[in-house]
Amino acid sequence: MSERRASFTGPQRLLHWLMAACILAMLFIGVGMVSTVTPKYLTLVSIHKPLGIIILLLALIRLALRVRYGAPPLPAGMPEPMKLAAHLSHYAFYAFMIVMPLLGWGMLSAAAYPVVLIGSWRLPAILPHSDRLHTWLWDAHHYLAFAFFALILLHVAAALFHALIRRDGVFETMVPHPMPDDAVPDLEERHV
Amino acid sequence: MAQPIPVGRMALIAAVVGIGAAAFAYTAGWLSPHRITPDKLVDAIAPPSGPALGHRRNHAKGICFTGVFEANGAGSEISRARVFARGEYPVVGRFNLASPDPQAPDGAVPVRGIGIRIATPDGQEWRSAMIDAPFFPVSTPQEFYGLLTAQQSADPNVIKTFVAAHPTVAAFLGWLRGAQWTSSYAEDRFNSINSFVFVAASGKEQVVRWSLKPMAQPVFLSADERAKRGRNFLEQDITQRVRSAPQRWSLVVTLANPQDPTADPTKAWPDDRRTIDAGTLVARQIEAEPNAPCRDINFDPTVLPNGIQTSDDPFPAARSAAYSVSFNRRTAEADSYPRTQSGVKP
Repeated sequence: MSERRASFTGPQRLLHWLMAACILAMLFIGVGMVSTVTPKYLTLVSIHKPLGIIILLLALIRLALRVRYGAPPLPAGMPEPMKLAAHLSHYAFYAFMIVMPLLGWGMLSAAAYPVVLIGSWRLPAILPHSDRLHTWLWDAHHYLAFAFFALILLHVAAALFHALIRRDGVFETMVPHPMPDDAVPDLEERHV
Repeated sequence: MAQPIPVGRMALIAAVVGIGAAAFAYTAGWLSPHRITPDKLVDAIAPPSGPALGHRRNHAKGICFTGVFEANGAGSEISRARVFARGEYPVVGRFNLASPDPQAPDGAVPVRGIGIRIATPDGQEWRSAMIDAPFFPVSTPQEFYGLLTAQQSADPNVIKTFVAAHPTVAAFLGWLRGAQWTSSYAEDRFNSINSFVFVAASGKEQVVRWSLKPMAQPVFLSADERAKRGRNFLEQDITQRVRSAPQRWSLVVTLANPQDPTADPTKAWPDDRRTIDAGTLVARQIEAEPNAPCRDINFDPTVLPNGIQTSDDPFPAARSAAYSVSFNRRTAEADSYPRTQSGVKP
């Protein structure tokens, strides 16, 4: 519990919390917009599209940082199945963060909708107009959104489990401001 | 680690996760059975026998056309959209009947419609779906849902009560009874019904509605004459007309006065409002729907170019949400509506 651990780098932590806000907003906007016929529908859709592209760009930056700087090691005392779950969940998060926006962009393309970000800013179609493709992508975007939210709930539960029950320092690797007695890697010095 | 289980902290974690899940469920409408969702709106349009799979959930019977919009430049006064700059822009469109039945006889459906998509070289699109009625029977999407569910009620008193409580529906029924039925889509005037906002190059905003006014002289059919025509007489007529010559409609934009009702499509604006003739829609080629380009286009009225925006009229948002559901359902059912059909359509 008093084990000294490295944290994620400053940029990694910043991106984590920024994207947490974006992704939660995105999922709530998504389920909200498809369940209303009020004028809020258009407002929510007009946020959903550019926010999805922002998340995609941030996810790619974050992936590059992760490849470059890695993640702090999990505590030695953590049971192996828990470690495995932690590692797999990280792969799942990166997959969701990158695939969900692409599915959305692809499904709009396959339906021949203009992909309008803001004002006159549009994205090109990335797929041909196709009923079958649209249906496949729409279903994937829809069902994976619920899986993504379930994963986030699991992630929150696990983070709090580390913070409140195990108190093993895992939660502290991602807090916005690491405790002063945490080991701060050299990498972070250069990038904060 | 033989410590007692920290029940309080476990409960805290469970509470955080539970609140998150509940907030999500609330946002998704799962805790609000009375919320009118796009799915419910589309379900309410289906006839008691169920929807026609693979077809649009409303305005199910239609025939495609391609052509151009010839802009004369006059619309540029009030909208910066490229589509109003003098020029010719490609159009994909669809003539249709306001019925969820793709087999409805052409002489039996009192309201007709048109969907158009105009593309401009700047990559923008203007999609619009219009009908030949001059105004709408209800003021809000919530009332529209109420009308649909009242129509479907087994108890005939439900719809009577609804009409009695909504004079706008009676006004619409009055229009229907008095309306003259033309012999051709080429003779119909189609109206946007909903209001939109045009934005000029200067940034000035103007609330408008628009109409397609036919250039062909209307020939009106009596009920007896309609009954004698074939089930697909409108489709056969427009096919033959366009084959012999392109068919034309003027795009007339009507400008609202400052006090005009812009949020209520049951209220037509007075006839003396200023209008701008912005150009001509030309239908050059007719194609049967199963294999034609209009088939898989959602004529979502909120797909608008820069220079046209939605107004305080609540319908375009509701239509966009519902059309999207209709599109998702019918494209998933595409196998039920084969692309190669022979001998069914003209």
